[in-house]
Amino acid sequence: MSLDLTKEKGVAIDAQEDFTWRDMVREPISKLNDDAFTRLRIILMNGIEMEANRFQHAFARMNDPMRAELAKVRRIETHQQVLVNWLLPADQSPLETTIAYEQVAIEVTASLALLEPDPYIAQVLRFGLLEDFDHLYRYSALMDRLEGKDANAILQSYTDVLPGRPTVVEHRYPTDDLREHYDRTTAAPITKLVSLTIMSGEQQTQNYYQNIGPLFADPVARLLYAEIAHIEEQHVTQYEAIIDPNETWMEKWLLHECTEVWNYLACMEQESNARLKAIWERMVAYELGHLNHVMDLFRRVENRDPFEIIPTSLPERIKYMSHRDYVRQVLKNEVHLRSVGTQFVPVNQVPPDSPSIAYNRQINSDGSPSQTVAAGYVYTPGSELVKKAA
Amino acid sequence: MKEPTDIGMNRTGIGTSPIDSKELIEAAEGTVPSSEGDESGIASLRMSYASESGIVGTMPPPSSVKGAVKSVLEGLAAKNPAVFLDKLAERLQFERTGTRMYESVLAKLDALGSYDGGPTRETLQEFHDEELEHFHVLRSALESMGADPTALTPSADIAAVEASGLIQVLNDPRTTLPQTLHALLVAELTDSEGWDMLIELATSLGHEAMADDFRDAMRAEEKHLAHVRQWVANHAMQDAEGRLGQAA
Repeated sequence: MSLDLTKEKGVAIDAQEDFTWRDMVREPISKLNDDAFTRLRIILMNGIEMEANRFQHAFARMNDPMRAELAKVRRIETHQQVLVNWLLPADQSPLETTIAYEQVAIEVTASLALLEPDPYIAQVLRFGLLEDFDHLYRYSALMDRLEGKDANAILQSYTDVLPGRPTVVEHRYPTDDLREHYDRTTAAPITKLVSLTIMSGEQQTQNYYQNIGPLFADPVARLLYAEIAHIEEQHVTQYEAIIDPNETWMEKWLLHECTEVWNYLACMEQESNARLKAIWERMVAYELGHLNHVMDLFRRVENRDPFEIIPTSLPERIKYMSHRDYVRQVLKNEVHLRSVGTQFVPVNQVPPDSPSIAYNRQINSDGSPSQTVAAGYVYTPGSELVKKAA
Repeated sequence: MKEPTDIGMNRTGIGTSPIDSKELIEAAEGTVPSSEGDESGIASLRMSYASESGIVGTMPPPSSVKGAVKSVLEGLAAKNPAVFLDKLAERLQFERTGTRMYESVLAKLDALGSYDGGPTRETLQEFHDEELEHFHVLRSALESMGADPTALTPSADIAAVEASGLIQVLNDPRTTLPQTLHALLVAELTDSEGWDMLIELATSLGHEAMADDFRDAMRAEEKHLAHVRQWVANHAMQDAEGRLGQAA
């Protein structure tokens, strides 16, 4: 489906104040019967809406004249986030939701890396992908060993449960998480949409782990969430860094709204649950309304054509599918990479005075939760207990 | 080490602060609610959502030709053979989690020791091994019927939600061994009921060999229940009578 952004107006923002509590709080999906990618779309779109909200707050704090416009749009984004995130069911435990978050981080990141035309940005995505891939393995071990549950009930066999770049080596000195940013004047539009999408996804993952970590009684779980939330902070640093900080606030707002349209459209086009498809369709129309509203503001504030910043038609969408072969290939070719400043090098080329070496040694000096939780762990359908004789 | 039943600085009761609580109570007594009515509004909302909502999920299709044939044959004896598979899967989920629960209690015992009339490591290990054995029995039962033992069926899913609070109690480093045993008692009570129903279902569906296996499991579970119940009671009595001695 191609959308001509010069013509599609969507729903005007004044007509979007039609939410009620019952409208926002609907029947959730079925953890057992719905396709795993339906769950993944809900999770990613919650992250996209969360970022829309946080960005617009930051914008408002630093730009007095825009506060009223931001307040109006932001309120609608908040209602959208509730409508989307409340589609997750309550029988999906925090740990099961965590497994799904990591599946998002693997399958969506793989799709974004394949879509990304800039080789350096694609490399950044693959680097993060292998780390989240390892997190899935660690959390799956925790789920099996703490609760006696099989992570594949959530993953539905779309995603492998294997070690990636070991979490224990992922802890780096902060400046080794910085990356080069794209150039706002020359980057392809899809690069900007990809970058905002991955940054939003990782940011909500960090927020989620930071909030739910203390809900667990088990010290191993509390430690593991602390450890992996730490990596997610590194990932937010990494993905934030690839976005050009020289973009104006209005450019960034335009790109945020465009990213929302692009993502909701991908959901709408690929959704298998008819009830959700209708929600995604409504959200596309609302986001087109936001985009048009912000385009008008952009013309007024910056006296420029918004299509200098955003494309007139939306590029190829995220593919909600298993990327098993691609992920295995990346794992095989790139698991040995480490970052030195903004560059990636094989582990044997990391200089001995790298600040990340000392940093990693310190933070793991009284043990590594991610190593402990998965010691000797090999994923087995139905739990590793299957292989243990009574 | 302090016992939870020692007198300390628990601040949760209204009587902790007589001056502030008087203010609190007086202000509350003067409240004019912003809406009329009572709890029935909450019930109405729950009823409304319940009548409009679907269910948590359904059973998977048979995972093999054998399973499909079995389903047809079972259909001759019962109108809905999937009920038995759902209950088998529920028990399987519970036994698998139960195995992990005993691992948690073993760690607790290793850290804190036991008490007179409390569990020994050997007994807890024996019960752990029996939970694991029951998990295998149920896997075999499901496989023999052509079902996928890894499928999370609706009853298995709900059982896992029910057990989630128990897992929290068992793994909290601040809970004592008797507190974790109380959580285990809840689990064993449920388990005992679950096996009882499985035996009835297996018998009524003509799975005599399976019912025999389940009776063996039931006997073990009854033993678990009796022991855990006694351990919990022993501790409460000794604590009440001031007889809590050194770790056994």
